[in-house]
Amino acid sequence: MQGTAASRPLEMVPAFAGLLQLKTGATYGVDCPSLVMALMAGPSRAGAWSAVVGAADFGLEAAVEYGVDLERTILVPDPGEQWLSVVAGLIDVATVVVVRPPAPVTEHQAARLTSRLRQRDAVLIAWGDWPRVDARLTVRASSWQGLGRGYGHLVGRQATVTVRRGTAPPREALMWLPDADRQITLVESPLTPMHAVRVS
Amino acid sequence: MTELLTRPRSSATSRMMVIWCPDWPVIAAMVEESLPAHLPIAVVQHNQVFACSAPARTEGVRRGMRRRDASATCPDLVLVDHNPNRDLRAFEDILSVVEEVSPGVAPIRPGLCALGVPSRYYGGEPQAAAVLAERLVQAGVWDCRIGIADGMFAAEQAARRAAPQDSVIIGPGESAEFLSGLPIGVLEDTEMVSLLKRLGLRSLGDFAVLSARDVLTRFGREGAWYHRLARGLDTRSAAGRTPPPELDAYVDFTPPLEVMEPIVFSVRQTAEKFVAELARHGLVCTTARIEIVGDGSWNGSRRWAHPRWFGASDLVDRVHWQLQGDPPPQPVTGVRLVPESVESMADQGEGLWGSAPDERINRGVARLQSMLGHEAVQSPTLQGGRSPRARQAGTPWGERSAGLRRRGLPWPGSIPPPAPTCVFAEPHVATVVGAEGQPVGVTTRGVVTTEPMLFKAQESDELMRVEAWAGPWPIDELWWDPVQARQVARFQVVGVDGSAWLLVVENSQWWTEAQYA
Repeated sequence: MQGTAASRPLEMVPAFAGLLQLKTGATYGVDCPSLVMALMAGPSRAGAWSAVVGAADFGLEAAVEYGVDLERTILVPDPGEQWLSVVAGLIDVATVVVVRPPAPVTEHQAARLTSRLRQRDAVLIAWGDWPRVDARLTVRASSWQGLGRGYGHLVGRQATVTVRRGTAPPREALMWLPDADRQITLVESPLTPMHAVRVS
Repeated sequence: MTELLTRPRSSATSRMMVIWCPDWPVIAAMVEESLPAHLPIAVVQHNQVFACSAPARTEGVRRGMRRRDASATCPDLVLVDHNPNRDLRAFEDILSVVEEVSPGVAPIRPGLCALGVPSRYYGGEPQAAAVLAERLVQAGVWDCRIGIADGMFAAEQAARRAAPQDSVIIGPGESAEFLSGLPIGVLEDTEMVSLLKRLGLRSLGDFAVLSARDVLTRFGREGAWYHRLARGLDTRSAAGRTPPPELDAYVDFTPPLEVMEPIVFSVRQTAEKFVAELARHGLVCTTARIEIVGDGSWNGSRRWAHPRWFGASDLVDRVHWQLQGDPPPQPVTGVRLVPESVESMADQGEGLWGSAPDERINRGVARLQSMLGHEAVQSPTLQGGRSPRARQAGTPWGERSAGLRRRGLPWPGSIPPPAPTCVFAEPHVATVVGAEGQPVGVTTRGVVTTEPMLFKAQESDELMRVEAWAGPWPIDELWWDPVQARQVARFQVVGVDGSAWLLVVENSQWWTEAQYA
């Protein structure tokens, strides 16, 4: 395991095919928790360990709905001042490490973590700002379905997910995040006027 | 032939000593609940008095009385639920006291045990009984009665006729005579007793004179067994129990240590021995109590549960965390490791390909725990509850999750899925107003006073137009408790920017509980 710098692809939720492929040794920037969970779900389902640092707001029930296996998840909700060492320590044991940086990260610190990621065959997902990420995922627009004015309840959401990778033109996909069955799927035929679904 | 069978042969049965502690369930309850002895106490099972103390008996409480009648008879009566495990636990101490005097004690049931008479060592049967009674009184059991006779049954009957702290001794070969004078009711089988009574047999002697063959043909094997007992032919021997192995481990520091690191370091070898000793018995420890003994009166004790079982390094970690979390105010003279619950290795054995988090994960997490404190690293679980926050829980890594609410229950008032992805640890103060800026509330009947038009999910935000909303999902939490009762209602609100929120209103104050981000 030591010294091998070969990066290997990780399992992904099928909806991300053609949009993004997680590779070990890389860092990804994400702006919202549902994307974090969507990225965690693939490796976690396939048996990898994941860890979440500094995110006391992380909705565990939603994570389970997205497909994250809590049996193989380590939580450090409040890492305190030493959060970078905690992230480094978790990279040693888990394949997917999610961090919500409580303070700005310098380029130097990020580079040190990256070399550790390569060495340990892990991937870092930064929920927030992070210097020099391999790809940045954002939800550009989203619209919730199922809720009317005083009736119904939230059922699913259509979200436009944008992936920016360096200077390459951004890729976009319209996906259910999640759909009515709490799965992440691509929207086959985007409906332009999105009517509320009436639910008794 | 008949003559030979009816005449008891003393050589066939051995001398036996039976120790009886009357009202054992009451004594066990008094010891564990630390109730004073002068109170009238009754142990209740299935709504009936199972056993009662002497003061209760003088007030007129009897075994078999209904709970209500017993309370009516004696209004001061302290009622304790019967717990067979408690009886056994308390009796274990008595057995170990008896074992100190003589090995080979056979517990018959809590409050009653039998042993061979150690008469030769103590210089006679009365002396042996006196020594045992003295030891038991020293151990705090002031009411113990001892009977010595040929055979266990006769010895038990003798014990039941002894005075407190005294003994009744039936000489060799006299058991049959002693038993023949006893009423038939001393046999334990109530059906058999009632049948024999209806046949006109009032005493054991009446029963004993019947021919063994007739008894066998008329009453079957069981009847023949009681017949043998009545004739003093009880050949049961007190098969001694194996005393439970001593599994505690103690490490002694002389001179006492003040700094944490040497303590933790010195514990390692003892922890390894502790685990090895358990393994020798085919056991693994799943809950351990760690006692840290201070130089003076201080004594720190804590229970630790392990999701699987404790290895030596796990125990050392726990000692480390305990010293960190609860630093001893005095130099430490010793650390004791007590296995609180042990399980058979066979039940806990790992599958061929391993079923639990591998050692690498545990070691890595243990490193983080020694850096941040053991509660900082958690393993997440879901549980039942109404609010999103209540539906999730984090257990400190390495501890067994306990006290979780069941998920299968209906939990009325919980919001239908999908679950919010962002569940705030502390709800934010929110504002929801109607078209004219009037506050939105919910009446006690669960009706919204006015349609929500504008909202802000956090104090710092600008007011935003409501795109869609639904609710209220009203909850009367703990409505039966006037102090803790809460009347809250939840709303799902989507703003014009597409953000979705879970808001809650209580006493016309709005809070943001979670975000669907």
